[in-house]
Amino acid sequence: MKGSAIRLQGLRKEFGGTTAVAGVDLEIADGEFFSMLGPSGSGKTTVLRMIAGFESPSSGTIELAGQEVTGLAPFERDVHTVFQDYALFPHMTVEQNVAYGLKIRKVSKAERLKQARKALADVRLEGFGKRRPSQLSGGQRQRVALARALVCRPRLLLLDEPLGALDLKLREQMQVELKALQREVGITFVFVTHDQEEALTMSDRIAVFNQGRIEQVGTPAEIYERPATSFVASFVGTSNLLDGDAAERVVGKPGTFSIRPEKIRVLKESALADVPEHATAVGTVAEVVYLGDATRFLVDLDDGGRLTALQQNLETSSEDVAAFRGNRVRLQWHRDHAVQVPDAS
Amino acid sequence: MTATQPAAGRTPVRRLAGLLHRHRRLRLSLLLTAPLLWLAVLYLGSLAVLFVSAFWTTNSFTSEVVRVWSTDNFHALLTTPVFRQVILRSIGVALAVTVLCALIAFPLAFFTARVARPRWRPLLVVAILTPLWASYLVKVYAWRLILSQDGLADWMLKPFGLGGPGFGLPATIMTLTYLWLPYMILPIHTALEQLPANLLDASADLGAKPGRTFRAVVLPMVLPAVAAGSVFTFSLSLGDYITVQIVGGKTQLIGNLVYSNIELNLPMAAALGTVPVVVIVLYLLAMRRTGALSSL
Repeated sequence: MKGSAIRLQGLRKEFGGTTAVAGVDLEIADGEFFSMLGPSGSGKTTVLRMIAGFESPSSGTIELAGQEVTGLAPFERDVHTVFQDYALFPHMTVEQNVAYGLKIRKVSKAERLKQARKALADVRLEGFGKRRPSQLSGGQRQRVALARALVCRPRLLLLDEPLGALDLKLREQMQVELKALQREVGITFVFVTHDQEEALTMSDRIAVFNQGRIEQVGTPAEIYERPATSFVASFVGTSNLLDGDAAERVVGKPGTFSIRPEKIRVLKESALADVPEHATAVGTVAEVVYLGDATRFLVDLDDGGRLTALQQNLETSSEDVAAFRGNRVRLQWHRDHAVQVPDAS
Repeated sequence: MTATQPAAGRTPVRRLAGLLHRHRRLRLSLLLTAPLLWLAVLYLGSLAVLFVSAFWTTNSFTSEVVRVWSTDNFHALLTTPVFRQVILRSIGVALAVTVLCALIAFPLAFFTARVARPRWRPLLVVAILTPLWASYLVKVYAWRLILSQDGLADWMLKPFGLGGPGFGLPATIMTLTYLWLPYMILPIHTALEQLPANLLDASADLGAKPGRTFRAVVLPMVLPAVAAGSVFTFSLSLGDYITVQIVGGKTQLIGNLVYSNIELNLPMAAALGTVPVVVIVLYLLAMRRTGALSSL
């Protein structure tokens, strides 16, 4: 049984009259890769800053590894942070940046040089030690920030949208590297992001934030397949909600339902439901979007409402796709994949 | 060259604008001729005349300038004890004023840039600048009143059994420090204001206590601004000769020697005048190494 790395209880933070964090309870286990996902202004970064000690909570408590740290300063906590814009010291070389934490811990000069070089090698930046941060690219700076935070071997690493400033290719590459690094060093990572794909691909567990509260905590599959609220359903993945009369007619019971686009098959209108577990609905294709590897169909249902369906382009090509617009189709999905979510309040 | 242009709308102004657009050199010369002439003739020219006349001599009976090439003046500068003393004293005063300004300006700038509430900051900057609105002479005479016998300084220090510094070298340094302080506060304020907050967070995050963060992050990043401010305080102090006449008592600085030699021995005055120029050029070269000049 693993211990808990972080335990947050009733955490609140108010800035002036506005509430940034409105009561957060959360427990993160040792060695977990934990993501805080949410739109900007949802309070996820404020929670991170409170864990690091840069902000003090208006109320509530923070425990790190079983010890209460709520009132402690950042330098009294065994936590390191990778900042959104890296926050490298511009007047120091890369090596001095990485060795900074070791110097404060009074590690001998030879030893800290050795460890800094090792840490730079770990993030594949050998030979960059003598440069200034301003002479590096965004991706390289990001890795220096990572090396600087990891070299002191903290129990907990906080990452505040560390990949936000990188371009897509580099970001995808860093996602894989970060995850591998975390597995290797075994440190608990708390990763703040507004990018749902990033959270889904990297995390062991995800907390979805909205308006200063946590809407749902779960594994990526749980969050994606079983969204607990309509906010989670729409924020994570493509929104495909049926409610009101349309839901009652299509699904057969009242409520709000979420169906993921890739769970829906697009068939000819004349096709019949082959097994009782399948639900179907007929409609007219309103829009077809060719995505290269897949095609997105927007279908207006005869029963009301609009559903998006995603089909892999196994045999279809871009020419076929355009011909679908205005066609009558039958949509089919497994009944289990229409997930009921609490009504938006 | 203009044949391909349509005839419509070709007013003289448009034609001139087009001509300037096509000829980059013409544009630059129109823009810069007047200011460059000013700089070359009036500024560099007079410096050159100063330097050349320093090599002339005077007829000691008539005080008339004799245009005979000689290095006697510079020789006298380096060998006459009075001259050497005054030159060293002037440099010492300029350095003392600079150090005092830096020591006073740093905490003030730290307050105005990082401690005070953001909406008060512009007001505080204005407050720092207000002394610059008053005339130089008014401020120096105000200090003369403060430092005079039974003046404000004496009156305030009396209960402690002390007296004011009176007129002299300390009074000169105090007054000059007061005069040039805003020139030191402003660059430091700007540098501290531009210091990214997350660098301080990052330092604390890596385990540094506030004192350590100040020494390892704040100070090195603000040092170029201190050097930039020191260029002002040092050169303004080195060239000053009025303050020392008003509050300096019998103290003499380079400026006073230049002033007193102008009538009697113009070449000697010129030679004395080149000393601050040389010292300031050396100072600027030293400051350039700190990166200060790029933050001016």
